Amino acid sequence: MSTATADATGVPTTGKPRKERIRHRPITIGQVILQILMAIASIAMALPFLWMFFSSFKPLEEIFMQPPKLLPMNWQPQNYSEAFDQASAGGAWYASGFPLAFFNSFYISTVVTLGTLLTSAMAAYAFARIRFFGRGFWFMLFLSTMMVPGQLTIIPLYIIMGQLDWVDTHLPLIIPPILFNAFGVFLLRQYARGIPLELEEAAAIDGAGRFRIFVSLILPLLKSPMVALGIFTFLGQWNNFFYPLIFLNSSDKFTLPLLVNQFKGAYSSNWAGIMAASTITALPLLIVFIFAQRQIVEGIALSGSKT
Amino acid sequence: MTERPQTSGSVAGMPAGAADDVTEAAVAVADGGKEPAGRGGRDLRQAVEAGTSSSHRAALRKKRMRDNIHGYIFMAPQLIGLLAFMIGPLVFAIILAFMKWDGFGSREYVGFGNFKAVFENEQFIQSWKNTAWFTALQVPALMISAFIFALLLQRTGKMKNFYRACFFAPQVTATVAVSVIWLWLLNPDISPITGWLKQVGLVAPDWLQDPNFVIPAVVLVSVWQGLGYQLVMFMAGLDNVPSSMMEAASIDGANEIQKMFRITLPLISPTILFLSITSIIGSFQVFDYIFVFFDTTAPAFGRTIVYEIVQTAFREFNFGVGAALALLLFMMLLALTGLQLIAQKKWVFYTE
Repeated sequence: MSTATADATGVPTTGKPRKERIRHRPITIGQVILQILMAIASIAMALPFLWMFFSSFKPLEEIFMQPPKLLPMNWQPQNYSEAFDQASAGGAWYASGFPLAFFNSFYISTVVTLGTLLTSAMAAYAFARIRFFGRGFWFMLFLSTMMVPGQLTIIPLYIIMGQLDWVDTHLPLIIPPILFNAFGVFLLRQYARGIPLELEEAAAIDGAGRFRIFVSLILPLLKSPMVALGIFTFLGQWNNFFYPLIFLNSSDKFTLPLLVNQFKGAYSSNWAGIMAASTITALPLLIVFIFAQRQIVEGIALSGSKT
Repeated sequence: MTERPQTSGSVAGMPAGAADDVTEAAVAVADGGKEPAGRGGRDLRQAVEAGTSSSHRAALRKKRMRDNIHGYIFMAPQLIGLLAFMIGPLVFAIILAFMKWDGFGSREYVGFGNFKAVFENEQFIQSWKNTAWFTALQVPALMISAFIFALLLQRTGKMKNFYRACFFAPQVTATVAVSVIWLWLLNPDISPITGWLKQVGLVAPDWLQDPNFVIPAVVLVSVWQGLGYQLVMFMAGLDNVPSSMMEAASIDGANEIQKMFRITLPLISPTILFLSITSIIGSFQVFDYIFVFFDTTAPAFGRTIVYEIVQTAFREFNFGVGAALALLLFMMLLALTGLQLIAQKKWVFYTE
């Protein structure tokens, strides 16, 4: 039917049925007001970002201009290279600057994400499918630790890391989150419980052992919650400020948020440079978000309903 | 899998006598006699056990053993982490709260001395008040605005994803970047907002210097950043409200307000509880904004509890008092969560 109407009106067939339905919906005044209101609210939400982004291209005198203008009159992309130079010329604190901080943030986030996905999936599988001694006890313990604020354990952790000589290295930022993620274990366990038992039994009859079953059956079936958990973990690590602040001292170890904070302190009047630094930190994840919006939003809704 | 023969398979393989016992027991149960039924149950178990060959039992034991080993192999990484990075430090923190220690010299047991120091420090008391004030403003502001926007967003049709993306974008942005942007927007000397307000004849307050405006300013920033998450959670909750129920209510003559309070709110009450528990926990831990805004020199009216913990433990290296503050925070959160879980019986409605 839709092909026939499409031929008659000359509209391309793709997406035809949907379009037709929307066209028939009456446009009420309420709808118009609603759309205008939401558009204004959305712009208000996005404005600080736009302000940050465009200001990072402005010469200093335009930044403080009154009344303010959003778009730069003279685009000045050299703010970025200047921020890099200042960051590397500013003495010991900034010896290596933004490219290194970018690299540090990137590799720490990636290693933690991959590691935590593996260990969480393993523990989730054990909790969901293996009857081992003490399973209920350990599960309750995992659940109850979700209440403990990180600020309570950070003081002993700092002392322990000092004993291990790990302070001012990346190890305190990498090893603990890989080896302990109660939320990740819980989330994946909820999904693992839903995998039909018959699949596992069939694989066992075919002669697959526990480890084969885990790698070639369970992991692929846990793909969608693992993608969601992976995105959350990467976001959390990339944006993490508290732990790097406590554990890192030398600028060549700094992650991006830490370097931005230091840069802000050292060049407090160079707002163009500071905005360039913030843009470098925020933009990669905003771009990832634009492409992965569906996974992120659905993952959040699902993790809420599963917990 | 191998456990299955124990229940069904072994009945078939039972000796004839045992099978007779089972039949007798079954008859006794059918007769409704309580005493024989009890004995029959015992007999049945004995019969099943007699019917299970010793090699089978050995296999079963072997499987249990293997399950235990496999279980702990799969659990190993997370168990090590749980003990080394959570349980261990937690116990250590509780001990530290009763110690005087700077991390180098000798440790000294001081009893409740650290807690006494917390309650006698006027700035700490002020910081507790600031934190509570922040929570009292932020949690309702966040939840109410997120709920209203979720309701509105539900009706926007094709544009829904675009609007949602705008609301959610601050959520994926580093708090440091967010704080740095707002540090500028909240500075009346250089903020573009001052200029815009001036054009309509208003004077912007000196947000971060005026004692009355510090906490509200942090609330503003954190609501801006946190709105997207709660919006998505509320939208997921609203999606689960069956439209048939709303239509039935309309036919019965319910107006929008009645539908809201009688149908929508009760049905999304589990979401409200979840968000109120998690956002109270989160708001009591507010730190990043304040540290980026003020570095180590936050004014008395802008300091929060976690800010005090960081200053006490990692600037003054007074680990004992820092741990005591953190322990008090933890107990506060436990109490608030416990209260909400008790109160939920009165207002949370579960469909299942």
